Parts: sequence; structure tokens; C-alpha cells
Amino acid sequence: MSARIKFGVVVFPGSNCDHDAYHAVKHLFHHDAEFLWHKETDLKNSDVIILPGGFSYGDYLRTGAIARFSPIMNEVMKFAKSGGIVIGICNGFQILCESGLLPGVLLRNQSLLFSCKHVNLRVEQNTSRFTNENNVGDILRIPIAHGEGNFFAEPDVIKSLEENGQVIFRYCDEKGAITSESNPNGSVNNIAGIINKNGNVMGMMPHPERACELQLGSSDGRKVFESLINSFVLQAV
Amino acid sequence: MYQSTIIITLRPSILDVQGKAVEHSIHTLGMNQVGNVRIGKSIHLTVNAVSEDEAKRIIEEACKELLANPVMEDYSFTIKKV
Repeated sequence: MSARIKFGVVVFPGSNCDHDAYHAVKHLFHHDAEFLWHKETDLKNSDVIILPGGFSYGDYLRTGAIARFSPIMNEVMKFAKSGGIVIGICNGFQILCESGLLPGVLLRNQSLLFSCKHVNLRVEQNTSRFTNENNVGDILRIPIAHGEGNFFAEPDVIKSLEENGQVIFRYCDEKGAITSESNPNGSVNNIAGIINKNGNVMGMMPHPERACELQLGSSDGRKVFESLINSFVLQAV
Repeated sequence: MYQSTIIITLRPSILDVQGKAVEHSIHTLGMNQVGNVRIGKSIHLTVNAVSEDEAKRIIEEACKELLANPVMEDYSFTIKKV
């Protein structure tokens, strides 16, 4: 494994956090990054694929439903199924659910409002590629910006996510308590981010790429990227 | 050629917050007799198929693969020859 990790940032029509993600990994963490247009069928040797936030295809039909059929998604699905690392942020999380790479679905926020604010996330486990730089119980302050982030799955699916340690972030208050007041969208069990069973696919509604510089109000999002980068270092040892 | 109307609704077990908000608005109009508002979508399309069975099969597949998400939605459709 070379010291530099290559991030492929997929751009769908309507993506609007693609440049934020690119900026974070390339300019703040000094790794390689390349935009991948949704019509491409080559992941350009990316080590990590980021499905960024935004409103792919105007959220037509359902959020993420049309993006899932973009040509590049066939490659992303093959990549993920062979163990490749895929991160879906906000709309990217919705696309991962629609494509079946992650279980569940993101429903309309219970408030019916588009919610755009900083929230507190409690780190639920620190053995994943995306959380290993945290302690369990750490609180990360990261912004959300979504109208459909209300994570839902059938009770048996939720049970298995919980039992397998696949819930990595939960909305909490400033002290780390999981309360309904701190749940911005009505997500089951305050779920904000999950991983797949193999731990190589992660989806989260909050935007860590928008919280990597103190000038933006918080740099807690760095922990997500630092964990991921660290996982490559650990792998190389 | 067959004409179909597909109705997609949130599954009954899922709280339809949009429906609740609309129901509340209907009540503010004084129509307190109205309840159980659920909001869905209708999709109208034509299918060029040799038989109604084939048209139904194609619509079913479209619903399962794209038009509805079975985790949260149910679908039903009507079909007629045109």
C-alpha cells in the first residue's frame, strides 16, 4: 500500500458536496482525489469511493433511486462487494440504501422540515475503519443538511445492525445522552451512521467533510477521515 | 398497447408525516369527518406488450426494481388495453 490513498469522488447530476469531499481529502489530508462522472465505468484505481451529498437527479421518484442506476454504480457495487471501501454521505447514504449496499431506507424527516444545523453524534464503536481514531462515547459535532434522513428498517434488521455493532454514530445531546430531543429527523434508535456487515461500506447523514476545519465551526469530522486513513496504515503494517 | 396506473403508498406500518400534516390542515377547514390521510404517488405509463400477462409482468418488474422501494412502500396497479 502506497502512503497516498486515492479517493474517487462520484459526481451525479445534482451532487453538491462533491467539491467539499474532494477539498477535504485532497487539500486537508493531502491524499489523491479524482472526480468520477456518473457516466464513467472506470473507478480509476481508487482505493476509496465517496458518494457525496446533494440532490442526485433532483431526488426524483425517491432520494437516491435514480442515481443507483447510473453506469458508475455498477462498478461501485462490484467494488464494494469485493471489499472496496465506499463512503456515502447524506445523499450518498440514501444511494447506498437504494442500491442495497446498506440495509434500510431514509424516510422524510418526522418534522417535515429540511434540517440544516450542527448536531452531536456519539461514537458507538471504535473498531471500524471509520471510527478507530475515537473512543467509544466520544461526541462529534458535525453538521446535517437534509430533508430525508429519518433512518428506518424493519425491527429484525435494526436488531441485527445493533447486535453486529454496525451502528457507528447516533444522534445525542451535548452530554452524549440519546434523547428524542437530540434526534433531528426521527431515525430509529437515533441512528446517524451505519456500516455493512463486512465493515467496508459506510453511510451517514451528517457531513464530516464539512467539519474538517475550525473556521467552519467544527473540525470533528476529521476523525472520520483520520480513522479511515489510519486503517490503511494499519493494514500495511 | 396497455395503459397502466400504478399507485405507490408508504407501507401501513410507516408513519406518514406528510399525510398527518395534510389531515391537520383538512381539520382546520372544519372537515373533522376526514381521517387516515395517506399520501402516495401515481405513475401513469403505457406498455407495448403482446398480452396483458406480459404487460403485467413488465410492470411488476418495474415496480420491484425501481418504482417502489419495498422497505417502505407498497404498490398496486390497474391495467387496460388501449
